[in-house]
Amino acid sequence: MDMVTLTINGQTVQTKKTSTVLEAARAAGIYIPTLCYHPELSREGACRLCVVEASGARSLVASCVYPVAEGMVVETNTPKVREARKLVVELLLANHPKDCLSCQKSMDCELQTIAAELGVRKIRFAGGEMKAHTIDASNPALVRDQEKCILCGRCIRACSEIQGMDVYSFAGRGFHTIVSTAFEQGLEKVACTYCGQCASVCPTAAIVEKDDTDKAWAALADKSKHVVVQTAPSVRVALGEELGIPVGEVVTGKMVAALRRIGFDKVFDTNFSADLTIMEEGHEFIDRLTNGGVLPMITSCSPGWVNMIELKYPELLPHLSTAKSPQQMFGAIAKTYYAERAGIDAKDIVSVSIMPCTAKKAEAVRPEMNSSGYQDVDIVLTTRELGRMIREFGLDFSALPEENFDSPLGKSTGAGVIFGTTGGVMEAALRTVADVVTGQNLKQIEYKAVRGMETVREAALKIGEAEVKVAVVHTLKAAKAMMEKVKKGEAAYKFIEVMACPGGCIGGGGQPVPVDADIRRARREALFTCDEACELRKSHENPEIIELYSTWLGKPLGEKAHHLLHTKYNQQKRN
Amino acid sequence: MQHIRAHVLICAGTGCKSAGSKEVELAFQKEIKAAGLADEVMVVETGCHGFCEYGPLVIVYPEGTFYSRVTVEDVAEIVESHLLKGRLVERLLYHEPMTQEMIPNYSDINFYKKQHRLVLAHCGSINPEQIEEYIAVGGYEGLGKALTLMTPDEVVAEVKKSGLRGRGGGGFPTGMKWGFAKQSVNDKKYVICNADEGDPGAFMDRSVLEGDPHKILEGMAICGYAIGADEGYIYVRAEYPLAIKRLRVAIEQAEAMGLLGENIFNSGFNFQIHIKEGAGAFVCGEETALMASIEGKRGMPRPRPPFPAVSGLWGKPTNINNVETFANVPLILVNGADWYCQFGTEKSKGTKVFALTGKINNTGLAEVPMGITMREIIYDIGGGINNGKKFKAVQIGGPSGGCLPEELLDLPIDYDSLTAVGAMMGSGGLVVMDEDTCMVDVAKFFLNFTQSESCGKCTPCREGTKRMLEILTRITEGQGREGDIELLENMAKNIKETALCGLGQTAPNPVLSTLKYFRNEYEAHIKEKRCPAGVCEKMAIYTITDKCKGCGLCAKTCPVKAISGNLKQQHVIDQAICIKCGACMSVCPFKAITKG
Repeated sequence: MDMVTLTINGQTVQTKKTSTVLEAARAAGIYIPTLCYHPELSREGACRLCVVEASGARSLVASCVYPVAEGMVVETNTPKVREARKLVVELLLANHPKDCLSCQKSMDCELQTIAAELGVRKIRFAGGEMKAHTIDASNPALVRDQEKCILCGRCIRACSEIQGMDVYSFAGRGFHTIVSTAFEQGLEKVACTYCGQCASVCPTAAIVEKDDTDKAWAALADKSKHVVVQTAPSVRVALGEELGIPVGEVVTGKMVAALRRIGFDKVFDTNFSADLTIMEEGHEFIDRLTNGGVLPMITSCSPGWVNMIELKYPELLPHLSTAKSPQQMFGAIAKTYYAERAGIDAKDIVSVSIMPCTAKKAEAVRPEMNSSGYQDVDIVLTTRELGRMIREFGLDFSALPEENFDSPLGKSTGAGVIFGTTGGVMEAALRTVADVVTGQNLKQIEYKAVRGMETVREAALKIGEAEVKVAVVHTLKAAKAMMEKVKKGEAAYKFIEVMACPGGCIGGGGQPVPVDADIRRARREALFTCDEACELRKSHENPEIIELYSTWLGKPLGEKAHHLLHTKYNQQKRN
Repeated sequence: MQHIRAHVLICAGTGCKSAGSKEVELAFQKEIKAAGLADEVMVVETGCHGFCEYGPLVIVYPEGTFYSRVTVEDVAEIVESHLLKGRLVERLLYHEPMTQEMIPNYSDINFYKKQHRLVLAHCGSINPEQIEEYIAVGGYEGLGKALTLMTPDEVVAEVKKSGLRGRGGGGFPTGMKWGFAKQSVNDKKYVICNADEGDPGAFMDRSVLEGDPHKILEGMAICGYAIGADEGYIYVRAEYPLAIKRLRVAIEQAEAMGLLGENIFNSGFNFQIHIKEGAGAFVCGEETALMASIEGKRGMPRPRPPFPAVSGLWGKPTNINNVETFANVPLILVNGADWYCQFGTEKSKGTKVFALTGKINNTGLAEVPMGITMREIIYDIGGGINNGKKFKAVQIGGPSGGCLPEELLDLPIDYDSLTAVGAMMGSGGLVVMDEDTCMVDVAKFFLNFTQSESCGKCTPCREGTKRMLEILTRITEGQGREGDIELLENMAKNIKETALCGLGQTAPNPVLSTLKYFRNEYEAHIKEKRCPAGVCEKMAIYTITDKCKGCGLCAKTCPVKAISGNLKQQHVIDQAICIKCGACMSVCPFKAITKG
C-alpha cells in the first residue's frame, strides 16, 4: 500500500496515500471538529468546520475532503483556523433556534457540543433573518424541524447511500436552501420507510424520533391502567450508552430494574415473542418448503423493510412471511393470553414497547395490528426515549440492581436475543427448523455462516439431508438489490432475512447516537455474549413458549395462531 | 449570377434584434426589391458588433458606412439616398459623444479604432448561420492544421507557448490545463465549453456564440484532439435562445461537412458536441457545479481536488474552458503562438473582451489587448462619463470583482495587476460609476447578487454573505453601528478563506475593495448617518428651501402627511414622519425641495 509521510502540528504522521487530512489527523490522535462529515457517508466538505492550514494551499482547506500529500505540512489549531471555525459555528447559531435548554437533543447535539468546545460566546448577528418553517410531525415515527437544520446533508446521504431510498434532497438556493422531500410533502406522503437512519445521523434536532414519553408517563400515572412493557433484544446492549455506561455493555438487569422503578406493572421481554416468531415463521418456512409455497420466503420482522417492500416491490409481497414481528406478536398475546391469565380486562392494559426502531412506532398503529380487539401495542418508545425517561425519573442507572423479567412473557432463549443483529433471525430460525425437520435435538446451535457485517451474505446449509441456500441482507439499499434479483428469478435462495438498518436492530434508527461501525460491532458482540450465556438457545425449548402453545394457543400455524400472530401486507401507494 | 455591388449588413445580435433589427431587415429587403436593386445589393444578417447601445446597426459595404439606431421608417431613405444615389444619410451616422463630430466610417469610430478585435474579428461581418462564410474567413484551418500536421502534444505545447489564460475568471494557463487533462489516462474524456455567462452586464460570450459559433466548435474540437476526448458539451444558459439556435445550426452544418463527427479530416479523430441548456443558476458557471448540472444533479460545487482534469464529468477526465478561451484557440493554431504572444503583457497574452456598461457614453463590447489601461478603455473607447459627470469608480470582474478608484485608472489591465489591487479580470464586466454612485450601495448590490445566487451548500457562503448583506443594508438605512466596518472586514477575510467554491471565496471582494478605496463613505454612513452620494433613500433628508411659494402641492402629495404650512408661506417637512419617498421633490414646481 502506498504510504505518505506528512507533518500535522509538528507531529510526523504516516498514512495511506488515499487518506484525507482529517483521517490522517484522527488516526494520529489529533482532533478536528466536524459537522457534515460522517465516517460512513460520502464526503461533502460543506460545513467548513474542519478547515486547517495546509502547505501549498491558497486558503484554508476542508480537511475532510483534502487529500494528503508527501511532505505536506498541516496545522490544525492556529489562531487563524480557530477564528474561521468559530465564525462558521457563529453563523450556524445565528440561524438556529435558541431553545437548546428545552430541546429534545440537548446534550446529544453535535452543534451544541462544538459551540461549547470552540468557546463561541457571542453571536454578532442577532436580529437578522432566521429560517422559518413548519414542523413536519404528520407521521407516527419521525419529526422534522427544519429550523434546526444546519444543512449538513447527512440525512440526504444516509437515506440515499445507506438506504437507497432518496427521500431527501436539497432544494432552494442560498439562505433559503432546505432539505426537502419531494414537493416538500410530509414523510407519510413520500416513500419514507420511517427507518430513522436520517434521525440517527442528524447532528441536531432537525430530525428526531417522535417523542412518546409523555404518553407513557400518562399511562403510568393512570391508576386504572395495567401498564406492561416489552423490551426488544437490541435495547439491552445499547441503552447503557444513553446513561453513561461504556459501549457494548449488557444492561438487561438494570434496565428491568429501571422499568420497575419507573412504575411499569409488568416488565416483559420481546425476546419471548421473538421465540414465538421463530415458532410461527419457522413452521411457515417448513410448510412452504414442503407444500410448494412461494419461495424464497423473506422475513417480515423489520417494519422499515416491510414498508419498503410494500412501497417499492408490492409484486413480491407473497414472499414475505405472514408471521407478525415480535413486537406485534407480543402485543397480541399480552392483551389476550396474558390478560386472561392475569384476570385483567384487555381494555385496561396499556402495552408499551421499548424498541431500537422508529418504524416500530408506525408498525404499532397499522390498522391490521389489533387482533386482540384493541390496538395490540399502544405506545412505542425508542431506546433513546427510554434513556430520557430514566434520566427524567432521576435514577442512578449504574447503581441499580440486576433484576429479572416478569413471567409469563419474560423467559427467552439465545435464539430470541440474537434477533437484534443482522443474521440473527435467520440463525434463530435455522436452530428450530433443523430440529423440527430432522426430528432431533441437534448439537449444532451456531450457524456462523450467516453471521457477519457484509450487507449481503449467503450460505448453503445442510438441514437434514437437504441443502438449503439462504441469504441475509441488511440496509434497504442492499435489500433493493436483492429484490431485483428475486424479481428476475436470480435469487436461488429458499429463505432471506432482511433488516432495514445497518447491522440490524443494533443499528436501528431509535438507538443511541452517535453510532458508527465500531459501536454497532460492539453492540452485536454483546448480543452474542447474551446468547452464549443462555441456558436455552433454541426457541422451541423456551418453557413459556411451550406452555403458551400447550395450554392456550394450540399448534404453530393453528387457527388461533393464524388469527393472532399472522397478518397480511398491502401495497402502499405514495409519491 | 448577378454582380453584387453593395452589401447591407444588419446586426442580428440579441441587442439589435430586441431594438427591432429584424423588422429593419425585412424593410430593407422590401425597399431594395421595390427599387429594383435586388440583383445588385445583398442584405446580410450578421452577429453582434458590440456597439449595442446604438442598435439597430446597419453597415453598408463597400464603403463601410455605419448607420446607427436605424428604424423601419429610415430604411426607404437609406435605399433611396445611399444605395441609389450614393449620398450618405447624415442624420443616421454616428456622432462622437464628446466632440459631436460626425463619423461616417465604421473603422474611424473611436469605439472601434482603439480596439483590437481578434476574438470578435468576424462577429458582425459574417453570417453566423452559414458555415461557408466562416470557412471563407479561414475557419476550420486551425483544426485542419492540428489534425493533419500536429501531434496532440504539439497542440498542447503550442497553446502553452501562446500564454493563453482562462478568460472565464480564474486566469489559469490554458495549455497547462490541457496538459493535465491529456496526462490523465482514461478511455473516455470530455471537453466542456462553459457558456453559462452570468455576470450582471456581461455578454461577450453570448456575442461570440451568436456571431461566430463555429469558432467555439473549432476550438473545442482542437482541444478534444489535444487531450484525447471524443465528446464535448456546451453548457449554455437557456436564457440565450439565439445563441443556442445558432450553435445547433452550426453543429449541424459542421457535421454535414465532416468537420465534426467521425474521422474528421480523415485523421481518425472523432468528435461530437452536445448542447446542454442551463437552467439559470449563476453557480453553475463554477466548473464542478456545471458538471453536476450536466449529469442531471443539483448544480452544487464539490471540493477540488480532484480537479476535472483527473475526475470530471461522470468521473472522467474533463477539460473545461469558457467561450472566449476556446475562441482564441483557432487563432493560435492558425497563426502560431509567437504571433499570439505579440499581443498583451508578459504574463497576460492576447486580448480580452470587456462589456462596458454604466455611466459611460459608449456602452458595448470592446476587445482590447491585455495591458491597456483602464483610462484608455473608459475614455478613448468608452467616450468618457456621460452627462459631464465626474468618474468615481469602475467595477471590474463581475460580482466577484472589485471597485477601483480614479487613482488606479492608469493601471494596466492584466490578470495579476488586477488581483494585486483587490479586483479580478473575471469574465470582463466593466461597470463605470460616476460621482452620483454610493459605494456602500454598490457593494450591497453585488453582495445581494452573490448571496442570492449562493447554492447554499457551504456555511460561510450561505450564512455569511447573508449576514454581511444585512450589515450593509443597515448601514445604507442609517442603522450602521460602530464596529460594523471591522465586522465586515473580519467576515470577508474568513469567508474568503473558508468558502467551498469560487463564488463564495470571491463574494466579499466588492465589500473589501470598496472598504479599501472608499472607506470614508462607509464612515459617513455609520458615523454621520449621511450618504455622501445622496443615493441611500432612507438616509436622505428632504428640506424645503425659501424658494417655496407655499402652493401646497407637496403637502397634498405627501402620502404620510409629513408636510405642513399655510398657503403662500414656506412649508416644512416633519422629519420624524417623512418616509423619504421623494414624492414632494418631484412635484414641486419651484424646485424648492432639496435632498441631502
